[in-house]
Amino acid sequence: MNYIALKMLMGDRGKYLGIVMGLTFASLIMTQQPAIFVGLMMRSYSFVTDVGLPDIWVMDPKVQFVDDIKPLQDTKLFRVRGVSGVDWAMPMYKGMIKARLADGTFQTCNVIGLDDATLIGGPPVMLEGRLEDLRRADSVIVDIDGARDKLARPSKDPAGKPVPLKVGDTLELNDRRAVVVGIAKTTRTFQSQPVVYTTYSRATLYAPRERKLLSFVLVKARPGQEVHALTRRIRETTGLAAYTQAEFEELTVNYFLKNTGIPINFGMSVTLGFIVGAAIAGQTFYNFTLENIRQFGVLKAMGAGNGTLLGMILLQATLVGMVGYGLGVGLTSLFGWSMRNTILAFKFPWQLLVFSGLGVTLICVFSALLSIRKVIKLEPAIVFKG
Amino acid sequence: MGTATVAVECRGVRKTYDGSGQQVVALRGIDLDIHAGELMMLVGPSGCGKTTLISVIAGILDQDEGLCRVFGHDLLHMKDKDKLRFRAANIGFVFQTYNLLPSLTAAENVSIPMILNGISRQKAQRRAVEVLERVGLAERTGSLPSELSGGQQQRVAIARALVHGPKLIVCDEPTSALDHETGHRVMDLLKQVALDEDRALVIVTHDARIFEFADCIAQMDDGQVVKVVRSSGQS
Repeated sequence: MNYIALKMLMGDRGKYLGIVMGLTFASLIMTQQPAIFVGLMMRSYSFVTDVGLPDIWVMDPKVQFVDDIKPLQDTKLFRVRGVSGVDWAMPMYKGMIKARLADGTFQTCNVIGLDDATLIGGPPVMLEGRLEDLRRADSVIVDIDGARDKLARPSKDPAGKPVPLKVGDTLELNDRRAVVVGIAKTTRTFQSQPVVYTTYSRATLYAPRERKLLSFVLVKARPGQEVHALTRRIRETTGLAAYTQAEFEELTVNYFLKNTGIPINFGMSVTLGFIVGAAIAGQTFYNFTLENIRQFGVLKAMGAGNGTLLGMILLQATLVGMVGYGLGVGLTSLFGWSMRNTILAFKFPWQLLVFSGLGVTLICVFSALLSIRKVIKLEPAIVFKG
Repeated sequence: MGTATVAVECRGVRKTYDGSGQQVVALRGIDLDIHAGELMMLVGPSGCGKTTLISVIAGILDQDEGLCRVFGHDLLHMKDKDKLRFRAANIGFVFQTYNLLPSLTAAENVSIPMILNGISRQKAQRRAVEVLERVGLAERTGSLPSELSGGQQQRVAIARALVHGPKLIVCDEPTSALDHETGHRVMDLLKQVALDEDRALVIVTHDARIFEFADCIAQMDDGQVVKVVRSSGQS
């Protein structure tokens, strides 16, 4: 009877496509929107991920997320270095500083000051120049997206494209000269501001005058030292907050989840996608069953039991579910691939496949239940009614 | 006929429908015998209970009272599963509006009863083609119902009713949607290919033009069989 069930389903092309389209739409929305959400959330802590090397991040206890800088006194660095189990501890400056561009306009940049001696915390990939070039006078390294976009110079031709910032170009950071010595590839951040790397001491010169300028202390545990134990020890000894990289990423994500409307907005999109998809697919599938109710009655009269008919409907629901899900996920992947070089945040982890798969399954079960109820209650004697 | 096997035996069959607070008595104690090898027509005005009676005889509707035995089996007291199996194996249906599955070809439609009896699709298809050849549709086995005329569709429906060798075939107004000539051809076919000494045919009809094909006519009125006329002259 499986063959008959499939032929019944696909014989009515319009209905079949309607059901598949509904499920494709639901599957697309249930993967594409969360993929953008996940991408955005990952951008919120991408800076922490990019730095990579340290085991522990030490900061003011009031810091709520990675961009919520509450500067420390420089002396805190030495206190951290004094905690047993610390292999090394390096300072890092992170702050927003206005850059004056060649055309006189200003652009806020995310300036990262690295330890002068070791340059720990530098960009993950250098595209042009070397990290060590930061030791040259007034030198900075800028990220490629910032160089191409927000820090680009206007073209001399009014209709021309902006000219990307390149090695050798200069800009002004807080009225001080900065020379570009390298271009780096970094992961885009949540705010998508250009990232400018320099040394810690130079960053403190670029930064507005403040009593305290140390943003983070980056810590490496000694070989064999349990990281969580060291984190606790740093907290207890210094009174500062200390997080492993994963904990700091989690702290940042949780801040965005709790304090911004982003999850609600995306949650609403996903819910709407689910509801609309369920409504379209459920309604069309139910209509399909209603239009075929006489055929089901004929089968029942001829000796097909409820179990057989139930199996046929479940098979039909499974098929449209799988096709719709596959198309939706495929379209989402295509969307992500086509947007890979744009500013759009997009991350499609396997968990989203499971999530949307469950959503589509729910819709199919709902649609099938509506139809099954009708078919089980069906009196085969209807076949004799004209 | 007196010594022929009784295919269907109805005694005191009563059926009442409950609808919107009103009770409608459809069958008021039907007594009727249908013999194997006999083509019986149930005739009578609309609403007299013909369709209810064949539904009871075909085992797709339970009577409220009385006995209805089909080839010795009391369908009312059968378990649902056994009744389904009995229906699948022993009863063939021909409907007024053919009721073919529109997305299946003629051969696929005809093969359904075989599949319901557990025969593999390939074997069922082969047998379906054979039966379609018997009803004169050898060339149209791969056609969809929408590609066939009314008469051809009814021939497919007859093939479907016959394919699994049922002992009883129930037909509901098989000619009412067809013109006179096609209706006669369909009845000729039914008599030729469907009727044999082990099988009975029950046809519900209004169509007086086909009464000549009946071995027996049961006249119904107001839920009762008021007259039975057999071609042998018995009543």
